[in-house]
Amino acid sequence: MKTQLCILISLIGMLSSNWLWAKEVVLNPKDPIQATIDRAKDGDTLVFLPGTYKLNSIVIRKPLTLIGKDYPVLDGDGKGNVLLIAATHVTIQGFKIRNTGKSNMDDSAAIKFFDSKNCIIQDNILSDTFFGLHFSNSSNLTIINNVIHAEAIREFEVGNGIHLWKCKNSFIGGNQVSGHRDGIYLEFVTETQVKDNLVQKNMRYGLHFMFAHDNSYIRNTFRNNGAGVAVMYTKNVLMQENRFEENWGSSAYGLLLKDIRDSKVVNNYFFKNTIGIYMEGSSRIEFENNDFRQNGWALKLMASCDQNTFLANNFIQNTFDMSSNGSVVLNKITQNYWDKYEGYDLDRDQIGDVPYRPINLYSVIVEKIPSAVILWRSFMVTLLDRMEKILPTLTPDQMIDESPKMKAYDLS
Amino acid sequence: MLKLLKYALYDILKSRFALIYTFFLFLIAVSVYQISDDLGKVSLSLMNILIMIVPLIAAVFATTHFYNNLEFIELMLAQPVKRIQVFLSQLFAVILMLSLSILIGFGLPMLVWGADSGLLILLGVGVVLSAVFAGFAFLASVMTRDKAKAIGVSLALWIYFSLVYDGLVLYLIYSFADYPLEKPTLALVLLNPVDLGRILMLMQLDISALMGYTGAFFRQFFSSNTGWLIASSALLIWIVFPNWIALKVFGKRDF
Amino acid sequence: MISVNSISKKFGKQQVLHDFELRFEAGHSYAVMGPNGSGKTTLIKSILGMVLPDSGEILVDGQSIQGHTAYRQQIGYMPQIGRYPSNMKIGQLFSMMKDMRPEVKEYDLDLVNQFELEMIKDKAMGTLSGGTRQKVSAALAFLFQPKVLILDEPTAGLDPIAVEILKAKIQKERKEGKLILITSHILNDLEELTDQAIYLFEGEVFFNDSIESLKEITGEGRFSPAIAKLMQWTLKKKTSTKSLTHA
Repeated sequence: MKTQLCILISLIGMLSSNWLWAKEVVLNPKDPIQATIDRAKDGDTLVFLPGTYKLNSIVIRKPLTLIGKDYPVLDGDGKGNVLLIAATHVTIQGFKIRNTGKSNMDDSAAIKFFDSKNCIIQDNILSDTFFGLHFSNSSNLTIINNVIHAEAIREFEVGNGIHLWKCKNSFIGGNQVSGHRDGIYLEFVTETQVKDNLVQKNMRYGLHFMFAHDNSYIRNTFRNNGAGVAVMYTKNVLMQENRFEENWGSSAYGLLLKDIRDSKVVNNYFFKNTIGIYMEGSSRIEFENNDFRQNGWALKLMASCDQNTFLANNFIQNTFDMSSNGSVVLNKITQNYWDKYEGYDLDRDQIGDVPYRPINLYSVIVEKIPSAVILWRSFMVTLLDRMEKILPTLTPDQMIDESPKMKAYDLS
Repeated sequence: MLKLLKYALYDILKSRFALIYTFFLFLIAVSVYQISDDLGKVSLSLMNILIMIVPLIAAVFATTHFYNNLEFIELMLAQPVKRIQVFLSQLFAVILMLSLSILIGFGLPMLVWGADSGLLILLGVGVVLSAVFAGFAFLASVMTRDKAKAIGVSLALWIYFSLVYDGLVLYLIYSFADYPLEKPTLALVLLNPVDLGRILMLMQLDISALMGYTGAFFRQFFSSNTGWLIASSALLIWIVFPNWIALKVFGKRDF
Repeated sequence: MISVNSISKKFGKQQVLHDFELRFEAGHSYAVMGPNGSGKTTLIKSILGMVLPDSGEILVDGQSIQGHTAYRQQIGYMPQIGRYPSNMKIGQLFSMMKDMRPEVKEYDLDLVNQFELEMIKDKAMGTLSGGTRQKVSAALAFLFQPKVLILDEPTAGLDPIAVEILKAKIQKERKEGKLILITSHILNDLEELTDQAIYLFEGEVFFNDSIESLKEITGEGRFSPAIAKLMQWTLKKKTSTKSLTHA
């Protein structure tokens, strides 16, 4: 709906300004591309016929629509950027773009936008690019249904898939990003929606944003990225219905929250991550109706967090439900379902009659000595944990869910 | 050999113990399936029980069986058959019986209510641990001439491998927490069959947490088939080795 | 037929067999006697290969038994206490034993018939009385018509009728020229069933000759007093041992 609206708006914009003059130009691989672009009038449509176009640093400074017919290939030949755009109302659609330069010096990208507005980047397939789509100081961007894939082996050999710096009012939807450093990177980006993207197997973070306020992230899947999703120094974020899956590693999390305030994490699904959510220095975040399943640690809540609320979440089959580095607890944990809860419900109000302690003894030990994890589930460790449950000595006694649910929430 | 095994097996399968043990495991599995909402929880609960009970039963039963059958073993030895065949037929009969009890007791409920890879591996671990502890029991039995002493030794081995050993390892890890201990820890764990079985299950149930450990060696071990191969072959050695020694002793023993 | 060449065996510190030299010939019947712990059962078990001597060797038909099992086909063994898998039925036990000697096709069913074991062939071994179990052991020992019969306390626990049946059977086999070895505490039985006496004492062969010469040496006309005298002598110094053994 939103995408269609965007296209409509930009179409109206184009029509109103140059509609009388606009014409269609057809290009084939032998044509001089830069010269054709320079000759084109505002609002012209350039149709690229199938074939391979060797291009470098093609500059667009006027509203143009570039359409690829049957996915023509724009090949950067391993040098620099392919397209450089500083304009409004530019549409790039239906291209295969590949082989950018591999330099950290100029951040080579398949398409690089500066100071642009109302641009649409749609249905492109990017492969073997350093940065995929790179935007700075732009707004009202529509980035949809692109497939962006890199095959680097080491982190410094590749840039980000979709990179936005100082942008606002944009929509990133339905893209597939893999093999980059960060799948989607947002810095100083505001009022932007990231929706329905599939971000997997990136070296560092699937989604990485810093100082990016008032954004929402909805129905994305972040799978098997180096360290999951990192959210830093940001306020007023909505994270909803995302899937965080199989982010494995020594410092891998489904979601890393660092210095985040006044945000909502709702209806997300954390599955098989080493750490479901790791948070420090964060406050006033509401975690509601999230499903934590088969994570190593569902939550690592550092003592620097306060006034967060964990309400009505499911904790199922996690190795450890929770761990913390301190004992002072200023967060509210209530009415969650914990599958490890062994209490009873005599008054049958679906709320357990005895509180649940989500931090168990052995998670405290493993926190101090990581290699001790190898003894987990041994008879001896089970005994230790039982004893601690009866006579808590080491685990923080304020960290409790006073009203644990007896049955799991249906969050499907 | 097969004839001997056939008769030994026939005898053991008809014993009341085999029935009770199978029924007991079946009852446990059924009740676990009843109270757990998903297969992951089922395999967790069953694993906790299996890791404890199966080695214990295997150790005690195999020792008792050996001594109860001593006269029969003697009778066999007076017949024109080789000692090794007499020994192996008894051993295989015990292992087969213990394994069948697990496969039926735990397996039937799985057939009814479904199983995942974790549960199937659990069955395998149960069979292997039965074999390992039957081996320990036979070794204890051929080394001593006193049933009570042999049961004592078997029980001691069970307590050692199920409880004391892990305590020692934890103590070690705790004392040397400042040193890089990943390889020694892993090596120590390979020296305990119960731990090996447990780790095969951990790799099913807690792989996400295992991958959180910083050591590259750990990660490599657990993320690839290498870990599987190493753990499985270590377990195989644990089956073969005690039984092999027991066989040697049996071959030289006077009856 | 069986020669025991200077075998010795220690259990721990205890010397159970000390330098045993014995010959057992077909057509003879030997009474192996001695107080408890004198080495009777150990001797028998050595011949059966169940106890492995520390030194010396045992030859059966001129061939060492070490590492061999086939010679046991020729031996029928009736243990002192026959214990069998308790869930196995009598019939199954018999077919199992037959299974183990597939080359034997003709069975000696005298005792099976006389003890009427066929009627109770569906009874589990665990439910049998001690006496019935002894009957089974005896019937098994004779089943394969072995050339050698080794009977360890054969009459213990049997009812009088069964004892007579068994004795008659032993006599019959003797006449057929089998080699028979019997240990027993019941001297009357031994006198009836044997012609050679071997007396063991503290791990040594104290006497080994025919019963006739035993009576002669001890100056007693009857078997029991002769043995009693032998026992008295053992209590004195053992210096006379050598002069008493002709072997």
